[in-house]
Amino acid sequence: MRARRVAAVALRQFYLYSGSATRVVPLFAWVAIDITLWGFISRYLNSVALPGYNFIPALLGAVLLWDFLARVLQGVSTAFLEDVWSRNFLNMFATPLQISEYICGLVITAVVTSLIGLLTMLALAAAAFGLSFVAYGAALVPFVLVLFLTGIALGIAGSAMVLRLGPASEWFLWPMPALIAPFAGVYYPVSTLPGWMQAISRLLPPSYVFDGMRAIVRHAPWDMRSLAIGLALSVLYIVIAAIFFRQVYRFAVRTGLLARYNAESPS
Amino acid sequence: MVQAHLELPDLSPPPVLVVSDLRKTYRETVAVDGVSFAIPPGEIVGLLGPNGAGKTTIVNIILGVLEPNTGSIRIDGIDLLRRRSAALAFTNFSAVYAALPGNLTVEQNLRVFGLIYEVPALAERIEDLLVRFDLVRFRGAKSGVLSSGEQTRLSLAKALLNRPKLLLLDEPTASIDPSAAREIRDLIRAFAEENASAVLWTSHNMYEVEEVCHRVLFLSRGRVLLEGDPKLLPHEHGAATLEDLFVKVARERLHPEHS
Repeated sequence: MRARRVAAVALRQFYLYSGSATRVVPLFAWVAIDITLWGFISRYLNSVALPGYNFIPALLGAVLLWDFLARVLQGVSTAFLEDVWSRNFLNMFATPLQISEYICGLVITAVVTSLIGLLTMLALAAAAFGLSFVAYGAALVPFVLVLFLTGIALGIAGSAMVLRLGPASEWFLWPMPALIAPFAGVYYPVSTLPGWMQAISRLLPPSYVFDGMRAIVRHAPWDMRSLAIGLALSVLYIVIAAIFFRQVYRFAVRTGLLARYNAESPS
Repeated sequence: MVQAHLELPDLSPPPVLVVSDLRKTYRETVAVDGVSFAIPPGEIVGLLGPNGAGKTTIVNIILGVLEPNTGSIRIDGIDLLRRRSAALAFTNFSAVYAALPGNLTVEQNLRVFGLIYEVPALAERIEDLLVRFDLVRFRGAKSGVLSSGEQTRLSLAKALLNRPKLLLLDEPTASIDPSAAREIRDLIRAFAEENASAVLWTSHNMYEVEEVCHRVLFLSRGRVLLEGDPKLLPHEHGAATLEDLFVKVARERLHPEHS
């Protein structure tokens, strides 16, 4: 893997962001709206619920962390879509650039854009609603790490789907977090779900994060080692997603889909 | 007396591009059917043929974005199918259907692709190309707002960034005026001579092909039908001009029973 080629992919994205307010504003705007909305909902629930349970760290914290995962996913997939929108595949892939270098460039872009979103959410949630991540203690770091890795895996897998199915399938990327959220136990404990949904939950790394987060907020006993399962699963999914992307790319080269990408069909 | 038989070593430089028995099919359609050719350093080869003859398919295969069913490609001795990245480091291209991203400026596009090709002393190389292709005043302009001629010059500047040993040009002057086209032809010819680069050039402009190419390959229905010097080939095949020969080959494609 060559660092200059990885830097080129990330630099292209930096150029796009630096020259476009319409790309920069969504990094802040949607997360700010979400935090504002859920901040007030959490505050209202605190006023009507029995005393002793604080919805700010439980609900608003969950929304914030879930939004972070969504930002990571979109960071990868939007960077990929920039090449779809500008019909740039031929220029990019008829070069020495390797798929691993291309994906690394997309991931670096996602790191930067998602961190901007995360910092915005943290600042707003703390300033407006008194959310303090100190409440989560040392577990916060693995929480964020697991969600970050899961977002990367979903972003790579979603991009591979768009590469396989053509430009019109980009809509597939946007509802991915919403499709996963009911199974991941973002807003409620996984134990609330029926058995078959719980079985799926156990395969989703974020479910370990959100169960752990709620246990910490309730001061309930919680085995931090369960987070290791989430971490292992998220790493596994990144490997699977990267293999999936590579296989789709090979299919696209073999069938002519890459050379005729805008036709959405290899023949 | 026994005479010593002295074999002279082959001093001719090895070809930059060797295409061997290339075949590509899309379901029942045969796009490329057993094409073989080689291009030595410094030679400009025209790849001619009617629409659908297989020219762009061959270019796409050599660029590594399309896999052949059978056959092999060696670029500077490197097997493209086995070592794609290493082989493509010596290659570059410009195609009328592959404009650079219009939402990056001229300079940004050159920097991004210069990094991908790992061009040494990139800043100086970009300055040199901006001057050579008369793009200095457009360096900060978004590529998408350039005229088609300016975009062609940018695409060619990108194609020369890494001083490729193999340059692929798919109708490089299709969208520019005759004066600019002549300048472009001169630039590419000079580049090929200075760098001993092999050039594969597709064009429908037979005047251009005759002026620039040392050799042409006529493709029809995915096969190389004719090959030779563009100045001699028409007379060898009973045509007055290269364009007449092209029309003859194209009509044979439409009416294969007469061929």
